[in-house]
Amino acid sequence: MTTAVLPDAPDVAALDLDIAPSRPPAETRVVVAMSGGVDSSVTAALLAERGYDVVGITMQLYDHGAAIARANACCAGKDIHDARRVAAAIGIPHYVVDYEGTFLGDVMEKFADSYVSGETPVPCVLCNQTVKFRDLLTAARDLGAVALATGHYVRRQRGADGRSELWRGADPAKDQSYFLFATTREQLDFVRFPLGGLSKDQTRALAHRYALPTADKAESQDICFVPDGDYARVVEKLRPGATRPGDIVHVDGTVLGRHEGIIHYTVGQRRGLDIGGTADRLYVVRVEATTNRVIVGPREALGRESFRIRDLNWIGEGTAPDAAGVRCVVKIRNSFRPAAATVLSAGEGAAEVRLDEPVHGVAPGQACVLYDGDRVLGGGWIVRDRTA
Amino acid sequence: MTRPVHYLDHNATAPIRPEAAEAVMQALRDGGNPSSVHALGRRARMVVEDAREAVAALVNARPEQVIFTSGGTEADALALRGCGRPRAVASAVEHSAVLRGHPDVAVCPVTPDGVLDLAALETLLAEAQADGQVVVSVMLANNETGVVQPVKEAARLAHAHGALVHCDAVQGPGRIFTDVHALRVDLLSLSAHKIGGPPGVGALVATDPVAVQPLFAGGQERGKRAGTENVPGLAGFAAAARVVAAGWREEAARLATLRDRLEAGIRARQPAAVIWGAGAARLPNTTCVGLPGVTAQTQLMALDLAGVAVSAGAACSSGKVGPSHVLLAMGAGEAQAREAIRVSLGWTTTEGDVDAFLAAWAPLAARAAA
Repeated sequence: MTTAVLPDAPDVAALDLDIAPSRPPAETRVVVAMSGGVDSSVTAALLAERGYDVVGITMQLYDHGAAIARANACCAGKDIHDARRVAAAIGIPHYVVDYEGTFLGDVMEKFADSYVSGETPVPCVLCNQTVKFRDLLTAARDLGAVALATGHYVRRQRGADGRSELWRGADPAKDQSYFLFATTREQLDFVRFPLGGLSKDQTRALAHRYALPTADKAESQDICFVPDGDYARVVEKLRPGATRPGDIVHVDGTVLGRHEGIIHYTVGQRRGLDIGGTADRLYVVRVEATTNRVIVGPREALGRESFRIRDLNWIGEGTAPDAAGVRCVVKIRNSFRPAAATVLSAGEGAAEVRLDEPVHGVAPGQACVLYDGDRVLGGGWIVRDRTA
Repeated sequence: MTRPVHYLDHNATAPIRPEAAEAVMQALRDGGNPSSVHALGRRARMVVEDAREAVAALVNARPEQVIFTSGGTEADALALRGCGRPRAVASAVEHSAVLRGHPDVAVCPVTPDGVLDLAALETLLAEAQADGQVVVSVMLANNETGVVQPVKEAARLAHAHGALVHCDAVQGPGRIFTDVHALRVDLLSLSAHKIGGPPGVGALVATDPVAVQPLFAGGQERGKRAGTENVPGLAGFAAAARVVAAGWREEAARLATLRDRLEAGIRARQPAAVIWGAGAARLPNTTCVGLPGVTAQTQLMALDLAGVAVSAGAACSSGKVGPSHVLLAMGAGEAQAREAIRVSLGWTTTEGDVDAFLAAWAPLAARAAA
C-alpha cells in the first residue's frame, strides 16, 4: 500500500460540496462524469457518502480498437470497466453513454483540421465545451439532476453579485482551469467541482480511505484518443493526404531544408528541426498552411507583444472586457507561467491581448486564458495574424 | 441498491415462471447424465425425453423433430450452417444471430412497417438460382417491433424456388399461434428463457432432422448436437412450455389489453411519439416507441432510475446503445433509430407496471421535440 506516504485524508465533513444547500441530499440527484480515473471516482464517492442520489455516467468517446491500447490513457475500454467497478463498490447506478459521433465531429475532426491549417489545437477544451458540458449536461438535466459534478481541479465560487465564478484549483500543480476557460456562466450554474479545494495527494488519500479500486491508478497525461502520443498518425488517418512535404524557410528568406508536413510543427518548437550547418539555435516562428512552409528563426524572432483571440468566453465583470481594457494575467498554454497583460474587446466575440513584456511561443490554435489572480475571467483561441 | 422494478423487458428475457424454477431445482437435486446406463442416468433421460414431448407439443411438432441446443442463437446457427445450403437469404430485421449465423447472407429488405418485402424476396430467390443452394431465414415476429412476418408466404415462395426455410420463432410461443406445420417451415428456433424457462436452453425443430449436420461431433441428440444435455435447463424448459401451451390464448388477450392501455397512454402524453410497425400485425406484448429529440439511452437511464426496466436497439457489451438496425431497415434516419425504446410485456406484467412506465416516461415525453 502507498497509503503511508500520503497525507491524512482531508476532513470530508468540512468540505463544502456546494451542491444544493436548500435540499435534502437524498432528494438531490447529482450526475457524476466518471472517467474511470481516481479523481472522478473520489468525486462520486464523496457525494455518495454525503447521501446524495448519485448517478455515475461514463462517456464512450471513440473506438478503442482504433487507438492503441495503453493502460494509463483516459477513456480506454479498461477505464469504462474501472468506472463500473467503482460505481458498484460505492453502490450507485452507472451508465455508459455513446458520444462517439459528436466526439468525432466536435473534437477529433476539429483537432485534425486545426493541425492541417497550421495551428496547435487543444482538444481537451473542445471536449469539455461540447460532449461534457453540452451533451452530458443535457442528459443530466433530462435525468432530473440538479447538478453535474466532475473531478476537475478547479473551483466554482459565488461572486459578490451572486453569479457563479470559475477559480483555479487550490493545488497549483493540478489546476485544470486552462482546459475549462470556455465554460459559460449558464454551465457554471449547473456544474460542480468537489475536488477543487483539494490536492492530488489528498484525493489519493480519500481514494484509499474509500478503498476504491482506482486508488492507485496512474495519472493519464495524454490526449485520450492519442494514447501513444503520435498525434500526426491520428491527423493523417482523419484527414488522409492533407499533409505533404514542404520547405523550411528562415525568416530572412533562405530555404534551409525540407519538412515532412506542417502538422509536425508548433510555434516555439526547437526539437526535431532537422537543419544542419546553422550556427544559431533556431525555433519555429510560424507555420504557414497556405504556402505549406515552416518558418524558423532565432529566439528573438519568437517574441510577441500582442495577439488576437477569437470565440471569446467572458465570465469576468460585465458581458465583455470594457473598451478601456482589463488588466489580467494570461496563460497561452497549460504549462505557461502567467504573464501580465491588458485585454480589450475587439468586436464580436474577439479580443486583443496586449502583453506588458513580449512572450515567446504564441501558437495559433492554442487557448489564451485570462485570469485575475486565481479567478478565471475567460479566454479565447489564439488567432493567426499577418505576422504570425 | 434495491429499487422497486417494473420489469417491461420480456423480449430480452422473461422472469422465470415458478413452475420452471421448481423443475430446474428438482432436476439439479436429482442429478444424473442421460447417457449413463444406471438408474440415475435413466431418470435423467426421462427428463430429457419428457422435455422433448413438451417442446414438440408447444409448436405442434413430433418429439423426434426436436434437437435441444444451448439457446436460440445456437439453434439459429445449427439451422443455417447445418442445413447444408451454401447461401442464405435473410430479412433485414433478423436478429444478429441469424444475420451473422451463415457465412454468405443476402439481406432481403422490409417495408416501412417492418414487414418482409415478399416481392423483393422472390426477386432475390430468382437471381440466386436458389434450387438446392439457398436457405431462407425469416423470423416469426421481430424482437424489437413485434411485427409479425409473413412466414407462411415466404416459405411458399422459397419452396417454389427449391430453397429451405428457417424461422427464428423465439418471440412467438405464448404470444401468437406458433405451429411448425402451419408455418410450413423446415427449421424453427426456440428459446426457453423467452417463455419463462431458464436461460441457456433452446431447441431447433427440424421437420427432417436427419438432414441436419451437427456443428461439432459428440453424439448426443441423435448425433445432431454434441455435449451432455442440460438436464435441469430442459426440465425448466418443459415446465414453462406446458404452462404456455395450456393458457397462452388467454394470456395473449390479457397482454393485448395492457399493450393497448400502454399505447393509448403514450399517445395521450406525446402525440408526436412514433410507434414503430403500428400499421402491421404485431405481437400483443411489444411496443417500440420513438420519442423525437430524446435519445434512447437517456430514456433508458431515466426509466431505470425510476425503477422501470425496458431496452433499446442494439446494446453492446460496454452498455452503450447504438442505432437499431431494425429501425434503419424500416427507413428510419440515424437519429430516429437512436430515439426508440422497446417496451415488452409478459406474464408478470400488471396495469400497475404499465402505469409506472407512463408516469416515469411522461417527463421525457414532455421534453420531446414535437
